[in-house]
Amino acid sequence: MLAFILQRLIQAVVVMVTVAFIAFLLFQYVGDPVVFLLGQDATPDQIRELREGLGLDQPFFVQFWHFLSNAVQGEFGLSLRQGAKVSRLIAERLPATLELALVAATLALLIGIPMGVYAALRRGTWVSQLFMTLSLLGVSLPTFLIGILLILVFAVVLGWFPSFGRGEVVQMGWWSSGLLTAKGWHHIVLPAVTLAIFQLTLIMRLVRAEMLEVLRTDYIKFARARGLSNRTIHFGHALKNTLVPVLTITGLQLGGLIAFAIITETVFQWPGMGLLFIQAVTFADIPVMAAYLCLIALIFVVINLVVDLLYFVVDPRLRVGKPGGH
Amino acid sequence: MKNSSKRSARTTALVLSLGCAGLLGAFAVQAKPFKWSSASDIPTLDIHSQNNALGNGVHAAIFDSLVYYNSKTFKVEPKLATSWKEMSATQYRFNLRKGVKFSDGSALTADDVVFSLDRARAKTSNFNVYTQGFSRVVKVDANTVDIILSGPNPVLLNQLTELRIMSKAWAEKNKSVEPKDSKSKEENFAHRNAMGSGPYMVKEWQPDQKLVLVKNPAWWGWSDVPTNVTEIIYTPIKNEATRAAALLSGEIDFVLDPSPQDLGRMRSNANLKVVDGIENRTIFLGMDQHRNELPGSSIKGKNPLKDVKVRKALYQAIDMETIHRVTMRGLSQNTGALVAPQVNGWTKDVDTRFPYAPDASKKLLAEAGYASGFEVDFACPNNRYINDEEICQAITAMWAKVGVKAKLRTMPLVTYFPMIQRNEASIYMLGWGVPTFDGLYSLQSLVRSVGTGGDGNYNVGRYSNPRMDYVVDRVKTETDLLVRNRLLTEGLQLQNDTVAHIPLHNQVIPWAMKKNVELVHRADNRLDWSLIKVN
Repeated sequence: MLAFILQRLIQAVVVMVTVAFIAFLLFQYVGDPVVFLLGQDATPDQIRELREGLGLDQPFFVQFWHFLSNAVQGEFGLSLRQGAKVSRLIAERLPATLELALVAATLALLIGIPMGVYAALRRGTWVSQLFMTLSLLGVSLPTFLIGILLILVFAVVLGWFPSFGRGEVVQMGWWSSGLLTAKGWHHIVLPAVTLAIFQLTLIMRLVRAEMLEVLRTDYIKFARARGLSNRTIHFGHALKNTLVPVLTITGLQLGGLIAFAIITETVFQWPGMGLLFIQAVTFADIPVMAAYLCLIALIFVVINLVVDLLYFVVDPRLRVGKPGGH
Repeated sequence: MKNSSKRSARTTALVLSLGCAGLLGAFAVQAKPFKWSSASDIPTLDIHSQNNALGNGVHAAIFDSLVYYNSKTFKVEPKLATSWKEMSATQYRFNLRKGVKFSDGSALTADDVVFSLDRARAKTSNFNVYTQGFSRVVKVDANTVDIILSGPNPVLLNQLTELRIMSKAWAEKNKSVEPKDSKSKEENFAHRNAMGSGPYMVKEWQPDQKLVLVKNPAWWGWSDVPTNVTEIIYTPIKNEATRAAALLSGEIDFVLDPSPQDLGRMRSNANLKVVDGIENRTIFLGMDQHRNELPGSSIKGKNPLKDVKVRKALYQAIDMETIHRVTMRGLSQNTGALVAPQVNGWTKDVDTRFPYAPDASKKLLAEAGYASGFEVDFACPNNRYINDEEICQAITAMWAKVGVKAKLRTMPLVTYFPMIQRNEASIYMLGWGVPTFDGLYSLQSLVRSVGTGGDGNYNVGRYSNPRMDYVVDRVKTETDLLVRNRLLTEGLQLQNDTVAHIPLHNQVIPWAMKKNVELVHRADNRLDWSLIKVN
């Protein structure tokens, strides 16, 4: 067990360093923040001096090494655009992204599973046909388009929901929550729906396929032969066995939700990490970009690690064979 | 009786409720928020840290300067300084307004003015450009300050419009005596906090989310200004469609930078209006006139752009009327001059364009020895100016008609500006705003030979002309305004005659707002807080 975890941890470190390296490689091409910092009136001397001061004139590997050695100590430096500590900026933005992702994931589960079950049990009815068609739309429409459409319909035409921002937040220590005020909930509806739609359709299709698969199995046939009620068979036996892969996928997708919140956050001016990242890109704010990418990589790595460990617990075959041999 | 008493009770209730509504109404008049938005947030609250147009405009609500431009006439008018006098060519005396208090209640004195102007001159300040020519700032008495200049400086007052005054005691207490240093590892208190003597005070600032300013009741100038705004709420919205939606849905009152494609819908909306104004920013093309061979060009061994005939041919091949009508949808003002009409030195004559004449253009190319045209690199930003990429595409097509094959490369401003500053572009697009409303600002940066102290700092095509250098250097010290303006005009004319750059147009900036908002469009694209009324 220990060896297994250790091996996974080493892999995680390798992944992190690789992400940081590739990210840093890309930063050589995103442009020069000095232009923004000094404005149009800067003299070449000022520009050169600032570049030297920021260490931007040093060779790539020296810059990368400085970044790595600081990052290991949790020090990501100062944002060039905002002049604030990157760690503080990210800590300020993290709650917004996490709340959005959690609400979206909950929404996707609460709506996606019943829809999937319905589509499996009532195959061929017009309602399930409609669900399937809608899910195709949900999978294929790009997020920003869904977001803009929702804004147009529900904010501009109907005026039911606000089009941007997070509304009121309640500060609890370093965590700012928008889920404790009515205004906060009012604001989260449109972005959460936008972010949830892709996951929702994915879950719905997955549940439907798994459900159909399970319904064909022998033990369902035996259950029917035993004269159990449809309700018990569908929800007590079939759905229960369907949910294991669904939960695995949902867990893995949570990382995706956090990472892909970038687009939703930009469309709704949601003050999360994704928006921070996009703004950093337009400014070539390298410290923020680097920290963000590393954090996202870390989130993925941690989620994968947890999933691996859960498999280890759930699946006895892994314990018998060589550790980590799958 | 019973009935009537009931009725009267009902009437009383009605009157009372109406009265309450009236009171509420009165209260609503009292608390007037003005909610506005644009794409990005201000970079800092530190008034000397970053010379950013949006930030400077917001700082002007929190801090006062000695003088400021009148929004309608663009003449300099008194603010903290009530009067000033030229003691000698190099010494100006400013009398400060009496009884001015910072929003924390402390008095504003000459010490604060000296401190702030010195802070603007600090090494880490980005406002050195506005303190050029300052030698010393001296306190004469509590209400009088002298600015000692290193030489005659006719644009001193213009420079002072961008130099705001902060409290010395506050800065010392909060360890913010020096402006934020981009290179340091520590945050500066003045970066996220501000305390000034201006009409509004910072209530809260969450960067990229919300900046709330509230009325400073102790401000000295309230009796003279028409504004009824008690709270200014700024929420940056990066996505332009969302920004437009927020205005259309009524969540915000004003958008500083509506995107061109939303304007039609906004103009036709019954609740909104769009106010257009000419921005004090001229867009033009620059050309490399220094290298002996241009990379990417089909002409080897020489640089065709060094020949004034070629530059003029490129100029006359551009049909600005079509660009104005089609690409800009009428929202531009074609120009023959390198500066906008509000700028000192501009005259109608220097604003005359060479006519659009493809035939003349072909003839000039033939005379220069390029009868069959040539290939040349052409670089443009794609997110800096209004329709920048589209303009460059149109120009590329127009040049193709006279045989010049421009290889257009467009890129975002973060990579574009460093590239042109490395003098790598053959033909490039640039826009130049003039915060001092004085032609020297443009001539010195754009056509003066590259030198020290800001000379030619954006002359990235490295145009060099001894007569031009002479003119620019004389303007710097000439104090006779008439002579000086004549020199400025001569410089602008010389730029046209030698086709140092190809002027295109002045940008027209549309502002979109709710119908009930009244304000004045300023050529520097910033809001005048004292003139905003929300009805």
